[in-house]
This record gives sequence, structure tokens and C-alpha cells, in this order.
Amino acid sequence: MTAVEIASAVRSGQKSARSAVEEYLEAIVQGDADIHAFNLVTAEQARIRADEIDAQVAAGNDPGPLAGVPVALKDNLCTRGVATTCSSRILEGWEPPYSATVVERLSEAGAVMVGKTNMDEFAMGSSTENSAFGPTRNPCDPSRVPGGSSGGSAAAVASGFAPFALGSDTGGSIRQPAALCGVVGVKPTYGLVSRYGLVAFASSLDQIGPFASTVTDAAAVLDVISGPDPQDSTSIGETQPSVSESLAEGVDGLRVGVLGELSGNGIAPDVAARLRAAVDALESAGARVAQASVPSAVYGLSAYYLIAPAEASSNLARYDGVRYGLRVDGASTPDMNTATRSAGFGDEVKRRIMIGTYALSAGYYDAYYGKAQKVRTLIINDFASVWEQFDLLVSPTSPTTAFSVGERTADPMAMYMSDVCTVPVNLTGQAAMSVPYGVGDDGLPVGVQILAPALGEPVMFRAAAVLEASR
Amino acid sequence: MGQQRITRAECAHVAALARLELTDEELDRFTGQLDELLDHVAEVEALDLGGLAPTMHALPIANLLRPDFRGEVLDRDEVLAQAPFAEGGQFRVPPVLGEAP
Repeated sequence: MTAVEIASAVRSGQKSARSAVEEYLEAIVQGDADIHAFNLVTAEQARIRADEIDAQVAAGNDPGPLAGVPVALKDNLCTRGVATTCSSRILEGWEPPYSATVVERLSEAGAVMVGKTNMDEFAMGSSTENSAFGPTRNPCDPSRVPGGSSGGSAAAVASGFAPFALGSDTGGSIRQPAALCGVVGVKPTYGLVSRYGLVAFASSLDQIGPFASTVTDAAAVLDVISGPDPQDSTSIGETQPSVSESLAEGVDGLRVGVLGELSGNGIAPDVAARLRAAVDALESAGARVAQASVPSAVYGLSAYYLIAPAEASSNLARYDGVRYGLRVDGASTPDMNTATRSAGFGDEVKRRIMIGTYALSAGYYDAYYGKAQKVRTLIINDFASVWEQFDLLVSPTSPTTAFSVGERTADPMAMYMSDVCTVPVNLTGQAAMSVPYGVGDDGLPVGVQILAPALGEPVMFRAAAVLEASR
Repeated sequence: MGQQRITRAECAHVAALARLELTDEELDRFTGQLDELLDHVAEVEALDLGGLAPTMHALPIANLLRPDFRGEVLDRDEVLAQAPFAEGGQFRVPPVLGEAP
């Protein structure tokens, strides 16, 4: 059953929330030893919460649009009293004293958390191999990575461990694992979803979004989690139209551009073939398709790998052994800070902190960080021109299908190239999503990325629904 | 790859600024990896971006401010319970300036 179907059955009393939760907990027990999607399974809490929802239904109250639907949460979303690790030793055992706004909203809508999912440490990575607790495997082929950094959430949905999940996307961390695992993944417009309670990686790029098996489910979840939040000063102050309501409106007459800079060089032929099939499907449904060009998008990766580490080096300064998590003793506070950080952070986090510290340091700031911020402006301007001619853009989500576990861990640059199609959207704050669209030559899922201007989610979801129906 | 963009000594300096202590092996490895990344991102150096303003936030959104009233705050004991070392309602740390208190 889809999330929407479960909620409908629970609300009408045809199915108990408890039975829905038990089915998914059983799937986790049966399958997660091989996949390692979860850092923590919150079975007992889930049962208690499910029983509460069933009691509400029995009393004639509506528990909400996601009544009794199990959800898996990326382990960088704060859950009060439930360990939140970011898959890092430095936060191991930490139990946040508050919950993220998205966690509260899901709970108010009747959803039931079944666990916290594995991720690249502090969301830094593209394969979920940079976890202090070991890698997650791709459910389609356990010798492959699930993508990352939200690989645990993508794998949980693809494995049937939860009908939907939340992740975070700073440079593609929802869309790329969604593509590699064959599920729907959405990176909403910056500010549409509150970041309060999302452990910060790069604050000007981070955004929370859903994973689901169907476009309809992803829309239902986005409608629940989006909206203004006084706790996040960057959240958009006006409530936006529901994406669910307009899902079935089709793409007749929409102008769709094939984003040349992200669809040609470096894209595997089998992935490119699936994009062409998707474009044909949109055209058959009435969209007017043409080639689109965002010349500066080719600089997205370079700008991203300066801006994101710079912001991360600042955000991660808070892990100093003073207020939470790990402390390794030292003779003085600075010694303690250094000992704690050196023991608590993994290699990739250390690398990014160092890149960021370097890019922000005296003498290099203008050449690297300052320049990258100007490139960001260039990319925003180029997209602005393209949006005068197009309603939506499409590209592959990932240049390749899922790669093998261990294939890129020794070569950070090769790993960073996994994000080439996804990072421009984070730099511009726009909306984008990945929709599964068949398989490559190796039989593994291929995702098509749909890009929309800021707050273009309703139109983006219409195209996603058309693609899904044409598969 | 062109000239070396970051030396081992610079890498060690950056680590110290970031309060990270690296082993010799880590320093060797990270120096090469950072150099490769800086070589890649150097493509932005060649761009003529003179007239462009830097972007700090991608979208033209204003800060969303709440009314200036005292709201709910975190419970002190609950917060301190998560600290590695708390005492007398405060976070306890080793000497900051080198002398025992």
C-alpha cells in the first residue's frame, strides 16, 4: 500500500495504525541486516504511537492526513529524547532536547516514526559510505551503494521498510540516492520547508524533503511538512498552494527545456537514453520540448565545493566537546577541543572542514570563497534567463547508475563528480526532484531530474506525475 | 595537474586553525586530496566576474521574525543532561588559559 492508501484506510477504520506499523517493523527485522538502512529502529515508541492513533480513530477523531503511516527519518533530524547521531562518533548517544519542525508536523499529521536512517557523516558524501556506523547497501543490488548522503532513507523506502522517509539535500543528497535506489525524491525550494532542528551542514543550501514510492505520496508529505515557521528565519513567510491538488493537471502546453550542460558530457549512454525516453513521454503528453542552455551550470560543482565546505567549517565549529556528544580530555580547553574533534570526526568531514577553513582564510578568501559566491550569482542569472523561455527543465539526476561499494572512496574528486547534475539547484535555491524512469544497461534504476523555478513545485509535480504514469 | 596549490605545511596550518590534529599519514593524504580539489575549483579563478555581486542567499527572502515576546525555551536540566561534564547548572571545561581554577 502507498502512504496515502494507508492513511485513508486508517482514517476510515478499515485498517489499524498498529497493524500498518507492525507490517513495516517486521520488514525491517527481516531485511535490514543486509541493507543497514537504519541507525536506530524505534519499535516500541512506534507501537505506542500507533495505538494512540487507533484510539483517536476509535473515539471518532481524525488523526490527520498521514494517519498511521510509518516514516523513516534521516539521522540528522532532531527527535526529542531519541538519539540523533548524523552518523558521527562526535554525536553518538546524543538525545536532542527538542524535535525538528518537520518531525512535529509529521507527528501532528498522524505519521509514526519507525527509526532513524543511516547517512554520510554530517551529510557529507554521495554514497552513504562515510558513516561511522558502516555503509548502507543498495536494495536493488547490495554490492552497490545507495547513493548519498540520505542513502539510508532512500534504501528504507526502496526496501519497503517505510512507505516514505525524510532526507536532507545540500548538493543532491535526496535526489541522487532517490535515483540510485529507484524512488521519488524531492528537494523543495529553499525556505519552503523549515530547517529548524535539521543539524546544519551548509545553511544557505540545506533543505529537507521527502522520499516516497509514488509521486502522489511525495506530494502528500510535502504538503504536510512545508509552510512558514517562526523558528526558521529563512523559511518563506507565505503558505504556498498544495502540490497534491494540481497533481493530475498534466503538462499540455508546458514549455520543457532539456538542460544541455547537465545532459551531455560525462553522462553514461544508458542514462542519457532514459532521459530521451522521458522527454518523449512529456512531449507525447503535450509538452513543448526544446534544448535549454545554462552556460554557467558547468561551474556549479566548483562553486559548490567551495561554498558548502566553507559554511560547514563554520557550522561544525560547534562540535568542541563542551555542550553535547563526545569529549576527549585534554590539559586545557583548546587541547580538549582538538582531541575531541580529531577523534570524533571521520575523514570526509575533516577534509571538508579543512577545505572550508582554507577557502575562508586570510589571503585566499577573495580568490576562492568570494569568487564562488560570484559564480553563484552568475548561475542564478543564467537560470533567470532560461525561466523566461521554459516552465520546467529536465536532466539526468545522476551521471551513472549506482556504483560499487568501495569504488570511489579512495578518490574524493571522483565521488564529488556524482553530484554534478544536482548541485546547481542548491546554489540557486530552486526546486527539483528525481523521478525513477526505468533501468540502465546493468538493470539498475535511472532517475530523471525535473527542475522548476523557485516555488514551482505544483508544476514540477504535474510533470513528475506524467512521467510516472508513462513508465 | 599544474603547480602545487597547497603545501603540506599549509595543510597542517589549516588543520590547526580548525582544531584538528592529523597524523603524518593523514597529513600526506589530505595534502594531495586538497591539492587536487583546489586544482579543480581553480577554473572559477579564470572567470571574469567583475561586475557581479556575491550571493549570500539564493532567493530574495526577508528574515522571518517572530514577535519579540519571551517564548518557550529549552529546559536547562534537560540540556545539561546531554553535556559531557556539567556542574552547578553550567558546562564544565578544563582550564582555558592553562591554569587550574
